[in-house]
Parts: sequence; C-alpha cells; structure tokens
Amino acid sequence: MDMSVTITGFVALYIFLLAAFAGYEIIGRVPAILHTPLMSGSNFIHGIVVVGAMWALLNAGSTLEQVIGFVGVLLGAGNAAGGYVVTERMLEMFKPTNKAPGADKE
Amino acid sequence: MFSAFLIDAAYFVAAFLFLYGLKRMASPVTARSGIVVAGGGMLVAVVAAFLYGFDVSPRAEAHLGTNLFLLILALGLGTGWAWFSGKRVAMTDMPQMVALYNGMGGGAAAAIAATELLSGNALAHGVVVTVLAILGGLIGAVALSGSLIAWAKLDGRMNKTWRLAKHQYVNACLLGGALFIGAIISVMAIAGAADTPVLLIMLFFAVALALGVLLTTPIGGADMPVVISLYNAFTGLAVAFEGFVLQNPAMIIAGTVVGSAGTLLTLMMAKAMNRQVSNIIFSDFGGEDDGADGEIQGTMKSADASDAAIAMYYANKVIIVPGYGLAVAQAQHKLYEFVKLLQKQGVEVSFAIHPVAGRMPGHMNVLLAEAGVPYDIIFDLEDINEDFAQADVAIVLGANDVVNPAARTRKSSPIYGMPILNVDQARQAYVVKRGQGKGYSGVENELFFLDNTSMVYGDAQKVMVQMIEAVKSLG
Repeated sequence: MDMSVTITGFVALYIFLLAAFAGYEIIGRVPAILHTPLMSGSNFIHGIVVVGAMWALLNAGSTLEQVIGFVGVLLGAGNAAGGYVVTERMLEMFKPTNKAPGADKE
Repeated sequence: MFSAFLIDAAYFVAAFLFLYGLKRMASPVTARSGIVVAGGGMLVAVVAAFLYGFDVSPRAEAHLGTNLFLLILALGLGTGWAWFSGKRVAMTDMPQMVALYNGMGGGAAAAIAATELLSGNALAHGVVVTVLAILGGLIGAVALSGSLIAWAKLDGRMNKTWRLAKHQYVNACLLGGALFIGAIISVMAIAGAADTPVLLIMLFFAVALALGVLLTTPIGGADMPVVISLYNAFTGLAVAFEGFVLQNPAMIIAGTVVGSAGTLLTLMMAKAMNRQVSNIIFSDFGGEDDGADGEIQGTMKSADASDAAIAMYYANKVIIVPGYGLAVAQAQHKLYEFVKLLQKQGVEVSFAIHPVAGRMPGHMNVLLAEAGVPYDIIFDLEDINEDFAQADVAIVLGANDVVNPAARTRKSSPIYGMPILNVDQARQAYVVKRGQGKGYSGVENELFFLDNTSMVYGDAQKVMVQMIEAVKSLG
C-alpha cells in the first residue's frame, strides 16, 4: 500500500499501546445498562475492516484474489451496516424519564 | 500521490470520530448521538477508500474495471442485506445478530489476510508483516466460524452442546497445527521462496475455521454472551493486525480499541456471572449439585395472579425483578402498563436488574427501554440490593438463577459465589414462572421453597393481563 507515512516497529507498538488504553478507559466507566449497546457499537467500529477489504479487492490480480476480496468486502460491509443499524435501534430507546409518575399520556 | 494524502486525512478524521463516538456512547444521555458520530466516521473512511482505485498495484491494473464493479456489487449487497436484517430483527434476538455481524467482520479480516498472503504482498514486506497477517487471519477465521456457531445456538438452530472424545486435546492439536502451518509459511517468506504456497494457505484457513467451530460447540447457551463478547474482541484484534499488514492506521486504531474494550467487557460479563473466561472456554458448565449441603427444605406454594396483583396494589414499595422469560413472553409492555397503574395508586415501584439479566449485560435494560420504562426507575444490583429488606413485595418475572439464595450458602452449588438479588429478604415474594423447571444452570432454586414465597404459574404475558384486570376491577 503506497502511503506517505510508513508505520513500522515501535511506532506500531506505540499506537497499539495508546489505542488499547483508550479502549479500556472508555469502556471501564460505562454503566451496566449500556453494556449490550456498547458491545454492539464496538462491533460496528471494527466494521472499518471493510476499507482494508476494499483495498484488497481493488488490488486483486487473480481470480482467486478477486473471489476472496469480493467475499471480504461483502462481509465487511455487512459488519459495518448491520452493526450500525442494530446499535442505533438499541440506543434510540434510551430516553429520559416521563414527567412525573402517574402523569402519563394514557 | 494526492489521493494517498486524501485517504490518510480521511482515516485520521474517521479515527477521531470513532473514538469520540465511542466516548459519547458510554453515557446514556449522549449514547444515541455517539453511534451517529461513529457512523459518520465510517462513511468518510469508505468513501475515501474508493480513492485506492487511482493507485493500484501494476498486476491489478488490467482488472481495475472488473474489480471496481465487484467492489460496488459487494458493498451494495453486504450493506443492503445487513441493513434490512438489522431493521427487522426483534429486540430479544439482538445478541445473535451481534454475533452474526461480528463473525462477518472476522471473516473480512481473514479474507484480507488470505489475499495478502496469496498475492505475495505480505511475503514481500518481510517476516513481521507475514506473521501479523497469519495471526490476524487465524484470529479472524476463529471469530468467523465461532460467531456463526454462537449465532446458530442463540437463534435456536443448534440446541445441543456437541463435543468429541478428548475435545480439548483435539482443539489443542488444531491450534498447534494452525500455528505450525503458519510458521512454515513465515519460514518460506524468510527463505524467499519463489512460489506462493497456495495449498498451505488454504489448509491454514481450513484448520483455523475448524478450530473456531470446535471451540464453540461444547459451550452452553448460558455462557454464549461471554463467548460473543470474546469473539468481538478477537475480531478487533484481527482487524488491528491486518491494519498493520495494510499500513492502515484507521484499522489499527479502531481494531485495537475494540480489542481492548471487548476484552474488558468480556471480563466484566464473566465476573457478573461468577465464571472465569478460561473455564467457559475449556470446560463444561457446572456439574449436578451433589447435595453435600443437604436437601432443600420446605414446599412450593402457588398463588393466583390476581392475589399477587392486589398485594402489590396495596403495598408501599414494590421491586420487580425481570428476567429473560419476561422478554421471551413479550410481556414487558404489559408489565409497564401494570406498573403505571401501581404508580397512579402511589406505590413506589422500582426495577432491579441483575448484571446478566436477559442474555447479555444490559440486554434487559434495552428490552425495558423498548417498552418505554424510564431508566431512572431501573436499578443495578449494587444500587438496589439493600432495598429488598424494606420492600413489601418483590416480584420475579421469568428469572431464576439470579435470585437463588443457594449462591450465598451452598458451596456445592455450581452458582455458588455469584452475586444475586436479595428477593428472599422482601416481606413477600412472588415468582411468575411458566412451570416448575430449573434455571439455565440446572440448579434447584431455594427461593421457591421459602415461607414468604408464592409461585404464580403461567406465561408472563397472560399473567400480566390477569394482573392488570385484577387491579382495574378494584378501580
């Protein structure tokens, strides 16, 4: 992959280190009620794998690579789109309390 | 080269939006906007990734048109199918859908590993990149086949746990075999072999997929949430490794964040269930209670739904303990209707949620939110457990193991040590249950035999309807 910055050796280790701590800190302070949506949300975020699969497919030089690349993009897109929809549906339902007990619309 | 700069810039924006979105998702107030922010990041990254088309490797140039067509087709099909299925799935079925989408992500990471190894790109970049591609491929393939088994189990398509003779030995052989084949591929990279070992690479992925299947088949449904969470972390790690192979910082950062967050989430879930992750993966769920602490004393009493409803109507403080049985019966809407009637009468009603109520931590909160229950009358175990002693009535709906006092006292019980809700301390406890069966863990529940406990047998939905009628007739 042709990129202006090359990530090698220790630079990669530093990224691993910092990103791992970031993930740990973000989840560590989450109330239990959000565990399932967050699992689903983090599931969505690793859907970024689709861009890697896109690169692989665009650079496929043989039929076998094309087939595997196609499957990769298909699966990655499913991961990203499905993860997004499911997470959004769960989070949509988190709304604050109704005004006062008993004072409901019914 | 300008396209490469644009891609880099887009990935930087995407990485920021992922982290910021995840951070927003970590609070109930901002959670909804968090996923939208992260979604924006994904959109930016995917649009930018089309720019790869301007700068493909020489051997792929001739195929660019075909590849671009395949790319759009795959994106459209994958997105369309997942969008449609995600919109349609019932809230109770969310865990298995998360498993399915997670498996797809693992499969995509494995597919990247496969193309990088087959095209010789990974081998050309040296041994570290090759090793990372192989490890990412192994983890991704295990996450793919393992998640598919988890999905089939939670979806009720595969009900039996299935194990071979010497199952763990077979798993160890598969893992060792996959690593051995991976090592051969790496050694060939160092030696600078002229030909790509296509058959070896295929064999490697076949063994990895088989390992994922065999790791998951012996695990029972009760432990499946922990397993899904673990595979979620696996996929994150696989994505990070493949991100390094592709020199893609967005994949490295997003994958690593999910890998560590997922690991932490897995440990939290396992702790809430009083299980160790290693026990879940490497052994079966609890044996039978050997009765070493004596037989359970007392008899079960049953009560009518209307009696229970009236007792709650005249109570000051009622605590509701919802379980998965409530959600399966789709009774949460009726339950909230009943709760509103109680609140109108001035009864203080709160919900007590065990960490593993439902099928995943927080799953029950989602199911209650779906019914419109405001989250400020829903309490976690540690916030409400003291209150049971002051409650006039505690009612358990479709939950079992999480209210079993045996977890406190019976050392021989498989659930011994698990934190439980102190329903037995309430002045009166009602347990709504379909029948006299045991809980998920297969343990007899001492709570049901206590003097201040009455059983209300029936489908949760029907019972709630009867309760609403009973209270309305009081008028």
